[in-house]
Amino acid sequence: MALALQTFATVKDANAALKSAGTRYLGGGTLVVRAANEGDVSVSGLVRSTDPALSAIGVGAGKVRIGASVTMAQIARHPDLGALAGAARAVGGPAIRNMATVGGNLFAPAPYGDFTVALLALDATVATDDGESPLETFLSRRGDSPAIVTSVSFTLPKAGGLRFLKVSRVKPKGVSVLSIAVVLEQAGDGTVSSARIALGCMADRPVRARAAEKALEGKTLDQDGIAAALVVATEGAAPITDPIASAWYRAEVLPVHLGRLLLS
Amino acid sequence: MAKVPVQFTLNGSEKAEFIDSGTTLLHALRDKIGDTSPKGGCHQGTCGACSVIVDGELRLSCLTLAETCNGATITTTSGLAEGGVLHPLQRAFLDTFATQCGFCTPGMIMAAKVLLDHTPNPSREDVVEALSGNICRCTGYEPIIQAVLTAARGNSQNAA
Repeated sequence: MALALQTFATVKDANAALKSAGTRYLGGGTLVVRAANEGDVSVSGLVRSTDPALSAIGVGAGKVRIGASVTMAQIARHPDLGALAGAARAVGGPAIRNMATVGGNLFAPAPYGDFTVALLALDATVATDDGESPLETFLSRRGDSPAIVTSVSFTLPKAGGLRFLKVSRVKPKGVSVLSIAVVLEQAGDGTVSSARIALGCMADRPVRARAAEKALEGKTLDQDGIAAALVVATEGAAPITDPIASAWYRAEVLPVHLGRLLLS
Repeated sequence: MAKVPVQFTLNGSEKAEFIDSGTTLLHALRDKIGDTSPKGGCHQGTCGACSVIVDGELRLSCLTLAETCNGATITTTSGLAEGGVLHPLQRAFLDTFATQCGFCTPGMIMAAKVLLDHTPNPSREDVVEALSGNICRCTGYEPIIQAVLTAARGNSQNAA
C-alpha cells in the first residue's frame, strides 16, 4: 500500500502536519515502513523533516547532543563517541545501522531499542519543540505526545564509563534476549558511589533497575559486593515473552549477565 | 493518488519515473524500472535480500521510500558486470558454490561489495560482520564467507 509522504524543511511545519489522523513521522523507515509493509492500516500518511539540525552531532565541554535523524552507523564511527560505539553497533546489521535513527530507537518496542537502553543509563535528556524532558519520563509516556523528537543530550562518559551488553542467541547479529547498560561512579576506595542500571526487554520499553542501583551503593565490585544487587535485579520488572525468550527465562538469566557485566 | 517524480542514477544510467508517493525503493526498482536483482524477502528489514547501495551505503530497499532517494546514486547487483564480464565478487560466488537457490545472493553481494569498497583486505570476522544482516537458508554461510575472502584476495579465477 502506498503512503503519501510529505517532506518539510522545518520541524515546526512537520509537527503541524503530524496532527492529521493516521500520520506518522518517518525517520529511517525501519519502524514505520516496516509497520506499513506488515499491513498496519493505522498508517495512512508519512511526514518527515530535512532540517539539518536533526542530523547534527555536537560534542563539547563534556556534553553530547545527537540530532534525532543521526543514524547508528554515524554514531558508531564518530571519533568522539567511542564510548557509545558498542551500543550503536548492537543495533541490527550494517544496512539497518545505516538507516535506523536515534530518534526512532526511542520508540522501538522491546525486544528492539537497545541503543535507548544505553541512553537511559547515561541519564539522557530528550528534546522536542515543546521542551526537554528526562529520557525516563519521556519513555514512561512514550507515544502520548505527537511532537517530533529533535535531539538527545547527555554527559559524555569517559572511555569505558558506559558498560553495555546485548545478549542474543544468533551471533554476531540477533534480536535481544535482553540488554543491559551500566554507568558507575566509584569513590577513591573503589566502592560504588552511584550507579545507573538500564535494562532492555525487562518491560515493553527500557527501564531502570532502581533496586539494584541502590543495593550497589557503597559496595565494592566483587562477587560479595554485587550479590545483593543481583538478588533484586528483576524487582519491578515485567519481562516480555516473544519467540526469542519467555519472560521467565529473561528474568532467570538477567542476574547472571548483570553480574558478568559488573565484574567485567 | 497524485504521482510524484523520482530521479536517480541507477548503475550509471539516469532514471526518472512517476510513482505513487510512499512507494518503496524495492517496488520502484523491480516493478517500475525493471531491475529485478533486489529481491523482496521479508519486507521487514530482517533478511537483507533487498539490499542495495545508495550513495555508497548499504540500505534495505524494502524499508526505503523511493522519493527519499531523489538525486542519489544507486548500485544494484545487476549493474556489477561490465561488458559481459562478471564482477570479481560474482565470479567468486560461482567459483566457491556460494549460491544455491540464489534468492539471497544479490543482497549478499551488495553487502560484500560495500565491505570490500571500504576494507579491501578484510578478516574473516569483518566478512561475518558485514554479512550479518543477510540471511541464507541454503548454504550454511561458509561458502559465502569464502567467496568474499576469495574475491578480496583477487584470485577467484584460480579457485575454480
